[in-house]
Amino acid sequence: MKSILNYSSLSKKYVMAVAGIFLMTFLVVHLAINLCLLRNDDGEWFNAAAHFMGTNYIVKFFEIFLFLGILIHVLLGVILQIQNWMARPVAYKSASKSTTSFLSKYMIYTGFVVFVFLIIHFMNFYFMKMGWVEPTFTLNGEEPDFYLVAKALFANNLYSIIYIVLITVLGFHLNHAFQAAFQSLGLNHPVYTPIIKKFATIYSILIVVGFNIIPVYFLFCNA
Amino acid sequence: MNLTLEIWRQESPKAKGKFETYKVQNISADCSFLEMLDILNESLIDKVQLPINFDHDCREGICGMCSLYINGRPHGPDDEVTTCQLHMRKFKDGDTITIEPWRSKAFPVIKDLMINRNAFDQIIQAGGYVSVTTGGVPDANSIPVNREDAELAMDAAACIGCGACVAACKNASAMLFVAAKVSQFALLPQGKIEAKDRVKAMVAKMDELGFGNCTNTYACEAECPKGISVSNIARMNREFLCANVK
Ligand code: FES
Repeated sequence: MKSILNYSSLSKKYVMAVAGIFLMTFLVVHLAINLCLLRNDDGEWFNAAAHFMGTNYIVKFFEIFLFLGILIHVLLGVILQIQNWMARPVAYKSASKSTTSFLSKYMIYTGFVVFVFLIIHFMNFYFMKMGWVEPTFTLNGEEPDFYLVAKALFANNLYSIIYIVLITVLGFHLNHAFQAAFQSLGLNHPVYTPIIKKFATIYSILIVVGFNIIPVYFLFCNA
Repeated sequence: MNLTLEIWRQESPKAKGKFETYKVQNISADCSFLEMLDILNESLIDKVQLPINFDHDCREGICGMCSLYINGRPHGPDDEVTTCQLHMRKFKDGDTITIEPWRSKAFPVIKDLMINRNAFDQIIQAGGYVSVTTGGVPDANSIPVNREDAELAMDAAACIGCGACVAACKNASAMLFVAAKVSQFALLPQGKIEAKDRVKAMVAKMDELGFGNCTNTYACEAECPKGISVSNIARMNREFLCANVK
């Protein structure tokens, strides 16, 4: 098999798109779990969901694809971007006035921000789940109590504000990503493409609002 | 109209170029953009200076030879026209106009504003044709073509290969050009026979020549003087996927 790095430009884009769609699907599952934090049940549901995600074998199987997906998506994104920069060695003097999809121009930057966010996120949660760092709060003395971990993080206003900003940037990334994935896979249609574009906007707004409700809730309602 | 022009001057492909400022006076608003440059060149010749090199041929918007990145847009501020069809009435008296060549690794500057678009020819040579055995002229309409496909193929075939898509794209990607050329054949029965080999060969050539990758920003569609739609890019994405899967 050819190394993925030697794939044609189009094939790289297919892989980017498929990995991206998978990640976008996962985000919905993640959101559903996060929303359990809003229940006034001392983290019963949230911890149950976290426990399920951490132990279920089907989830563990998909976890491999999740990490592969992130890795490939980031790697190909960077490679494609470097090639794109190299494709125009001399820049224009006048700034471009062409009509373009605004967010599409900043995908590498919004992508970078999302990547930084992922690193912070992994350090706060995933490392604890894997037992690489000592849990700050535990259930029954061993398993980390992610409800309390999350609550403690959101009790820090600075953390919450950074979280809100980063999630919003993720929303910008998703808005273009969602529709672009379809185009990259060759799915363009006079009737459905405008619907997909609208849906992309709705999806990205739902993700941003959904994830951000939680820090806002902890900032104002649970202080 | 009196105008200030900032124009890219470059001796030769290897030379280091720079912007020079020129003033032109008493330009009629009904002048075409290239006529305005002709007037400037006449005045340079009168002063025994080297005229500015720029490409043009038909001056009717059909050959695709004229280029020029004018004030941040390929073919200037008007929509769906080539530079030769752009008129000075699109500018205001006293304007400063910045004129640059197409910028792309695959389109090296030959001199001043003139670039080498041979890369497009190479892509066409890679597969942008239909192989035919010569013989008697076949009957018209002997191969039925669905009306809708014929229209779409004609829309794609409107591409004049000027390279504005590459010039406009932030990634200097040639996707719209290649997609139009792939589409015009892929839609027609005569072209379907070699469709798989064609799309593979043309995409491989496009990658090899150092054009950027598409990130779906659609600046190409916005700047195409012939209004070629990015739905052609999606069609090429489909064609290429099918060609490689089967
Ligand atoms: S000179 Fe032929 S299209 Fe402009």
